[in-house]
Parts: sequence; C-alpha cells; structure tokens
Amino acid sequence: MTDALAIKIQHARLAYGHTSEPVLQDLSLTFRANQWTCLLGRSGCGKTSVLRKLAGLLEDAYWHGDILTCDGQPLAGRIAYMAQQDLLLPWLSVLDNVCVGYRLKGQPVTEAIRQQGLRLLEQVDMADKAQALPQTLSGGMRQRAALARTLMQDQPVVLMDEPFSALDAVTRHKLQTLSFELLKHKTVVLVTHDPQEAVRLGHQLYVFEGDPASARPLPALSSQPPRRLDSDTAQLQEQILERLEVDHA
Amino acid sequence: MHNVLAQPLSPIGSRRISWLKKALQVLISISVLVVLWQGAITIWDLPSFILPTPLSVFDVLTERYTILFKHTWVTAQEILIGLLLGVSIGLFFALQMLLFAPVRRWLLPILIASQAIPVFAIAPILMLWLDYGIASKVAMAAIIIFFPVTTCCYDGLRSTPQGYLDLAHTLGANRWRRLWHIQLPAALPALGSGLRVAVVIAPIGAVVGEWVGSSAGLGYLMLQANARMMIDEMFAALFILSLFSVALYFSVDWLLKKLIPWHAQ
Repeated sequence: MTDALAIKIQHARLAYGHTSEPVLQDLSLTFRANQWTCLLGRSGCGKTSVLRKLAGLLEDAYWHGDILTCDGQPLAGRIAYMAQQDLLLPWLSVLDNVCVGYRLKGQPVTEAIRQQGLRLLEQVDMADKAQALPQTLSGGMRQRAALARTLMQDQPVVLMDEPFSALDAVTRHKLQTLSFELLKHKTVVLVTHDPQEAVRLGHQLYVFEGDPASARPLPALSSQPPRRLDSDTAQLQEQILERLEVDHA
Repeated sequence: MHNVLAQPLSPIGSRRISWLKKALQVLISISVLVVLWQGAITIWDLPSFILPTPLSVFDVLTERYTILFKHTWVTAQEILIGLLLGVSIGLFFALQMLLFAPVRRWLLPILIASQAIPVFAIAPILMLWLDYGIASKVAMAAIIIFFPVTTCCYDGLRSTPQGYLDLAHTLGANRWRRLWHIQLPAALPALGSGLRVAVVIAPIGAVVGEWVGSSAGLGYLMLQANARMMIDEMFAALFILSLFSVALYFSVDWLLKKLIPWHAQ
C-alpha cells in the first residue's frame, strides 16, 4: 500500500499564451489525503487543465503557482490518471491492459503480476473477461477494466476526468460506488459536470467560478460518501446548480 | 413441433454460406465478362489479332502453361521482393521522420519531389545501373511502393490518439517504449492501408521494368507475343498477371484483417 498524500495548489495562474488573458487566476485548492475532492464548473473554465497539470501533461500552457505535497517530494511518478475515455488499448486483452504499466516501464509481466491483475479484475467483477479484447465489451465493462488498470498502478493520487460521464444512469451509479469503495485509501481528484455525482462522492467540493476562474469551496455535508440521495444532498445540488447558473449567465 | 427455421446457423455454417455467396459472385462476374467479350467479337466481327476469343486464350493457358508459369515465377519474384524492400524502406523513412525532426524537414520534400519523376523515366537508368536481371525490376517495384507506405505509416504514427500518449506518460513510459507499445500498434491500420495500395501498384513497377529491358517475366512475354502477333498469348499473360495481382491483394487483405482484428471490427 502506498502512503497517503495531500496536495496543495497556491495562488496559481494559467494562460494558454504568453500575452493572452488567463483562464485561471488566484487558484488555491487543497486535496486532502485519502479523500475525494470534486471539481465542478462550466465547460472550458480550466478544471481539466488543473488535472492535466497535476498529471504532468500540461505542456503548451503558462502556469505560475506552487504545487505542494505534504511530504515535500515531487508529484511526478505518484499519479494515476483515469480519463473520460477508458483508453484501453484495442490490441491487448483486458488482462494485458490492466498490466500494461509494467510493459511501459520496461518491466517483465511475471505470473505474479498477472495473478495480481486477475485479482483486481475479480474486484471489479471482470475476471471472466480477462482474455477478451476491449472492443467486445460494453461501455461500463470497459470503464471497470480501466478502473482495474488504475488500481494496478497503486499510486497514492488518482486523477479522474469525468470517467463516468459516458455511461447510462444505472451503470454510472454502480461504477461510482465501486470506484469509491476501491479508491477510498487514495487521494482522489474528480472533475465532473454532474452535481449529483459530486454531492454523492465528494468529501469536499470546489466550484470554478468567474472569468478568469478561481475555485470556491462549498460547505461539505457531514455524512460520509458515497451518500444516499436525500433532502440534504438535494439541497446541496440545488445550491451548486444556482452557482453554476450564475457563471453561465 | 420442432421449428427448424427458428434454429440459428452455427458460426461454421454461416461462414460456409458467406464463402459460397462470394464464390458465386465471382463466378457470375467472370461469366458476364466472358459473355460480353465473346459478344463484342461476334457483333463487330473483330479479327483475332485485335481481340482473340476467350476460348483461344483458354487454349493458350492450357497448352503453354509451362512457359507461362516460368515467366510468372520471374514476375512474382520481382513483385514480392520489391514489396518487401519497398515496405521496409517506407517503414524506415516513416520512423526516421517521426523520431528526428531535422530528418523530417529535409526528407519530406525530397520524397515528394521523387514522386514527381515518372517511373518510366527512371527505368532505363535502373537498367543501366542494375543490369537486365531481376534487380532492376525489384528496384522499380520498390521505388513505386515505398512512397505510399511511407506516407501512410508516417500519418499513422503521428496520429496516435492523444489519450494513449497521455496514458503512456502517466504510466511512466519512455520514448522508445511508447513507440513500441503504443505508437507502432496504433499505426498498424494506417500501415495496412499503405500495404494494400502497395500490393496493387507493385506489379506496375515490375512489368514496366520488364518492358524497358528484360529477358524473362510476364511483361517480357507480352512484348514478345505482341511483336509476333500472338495476341492470344498476350491476353493469357495479362490474365495471369491480373489473377496474381488480385490474389495477392486479397491474401494481404485477409492477412491484415487477421493481424489487426481491432481495425476490422
């Protein structure tokens, strides 16, 4: 098990050109260890850019600001990333996709590693599809396989960019619960457009507002996620929607 | 009561029916072509030195098959070795352009300019340099092939979905492992397209080379037959060349579908 890791972003600014207007300004965020933090906001406000910056994928942008970790060590190499698309490689079986990280690091995929991959596939209820090719699976199954691949990386921080958005309501609900259960000992940052998803899963919530955008925290609910949908969660959803509507106006 | 019609066909059964359908389609196409051919001769009363009858061409195919086979073997070697060489060169150039930006800047204009020179114009030079044997025809086929392979493969290599590259980055892949495990497999469908074009145009290179100067091969046989007014033999050689090209195309297509199943689906 990897050690828990908290991350702090302080007074960050992001622009896509040297002289262009910033997309994000005075951005401060805290991602607590072993908790789910959900980022909400209108399209194009820079949520995904924050995620890509944390993952080391933001190359052609101007970022100013500190990214601090609780242990003072760099974040690189301690991140797992789950995108909206499952990104399963179509030429590999589901099990080989789960173990692909070892190949990409140049390490041999031993029998012990394959057994570990199979155990993770069992956890996501996909053991019977271990030898199947990804294109023969449904959207929900593919995302479960992607979840197993993320778990296989065993990194302390998991970045999720709308991983459930392309799924139907029931599959999404099941996969949210499963992901929460399996990633409860990780520091998870979830970008989502769905207030219900954020309210259900988030220990803490941030809404990106304004132009240039900055992050405003929302009061968290006292109950523990994954939450049942009740009057409290409905009220918080309403509050989120109101704030998002103001930003859309 | 047992409803036989309601029973689904087994995969083997449905595959057999699909093959039968395809065979029937080919048979009908050939029959229509032969009927039209014979019809044109009968209606316009064409002499045999303009258009021989299908039957006379068939006679040549059955009576002179040893000579036809000897020349087919030579052309087949030229095409297959040319393909191997052209595809290897194409793949090599595509990788160089992907990996080294200066190579891309210098090589791409040269490659495009090389295609502006007609292959007929190069043929006599190749005869001069490589002699009248198989080497000059292999070189012709390779020259005509390598460009579509290079462009298709290069396009495939540089259009790897960004998500896969991001995944490789977060999984800690270096440049070479990313190339081997992600970019090359992702480019296989594009390389397959280049290969399909290559197998169609490879016979052109080989036959053009034989026309310019050779002592064997189907192109050589066609020239000799033409000079002796043996038009039926010319048609027989042309038929074998077409049959070989079609067989080569479908074999490569079948092989690519087997090797790149995710693209076929």
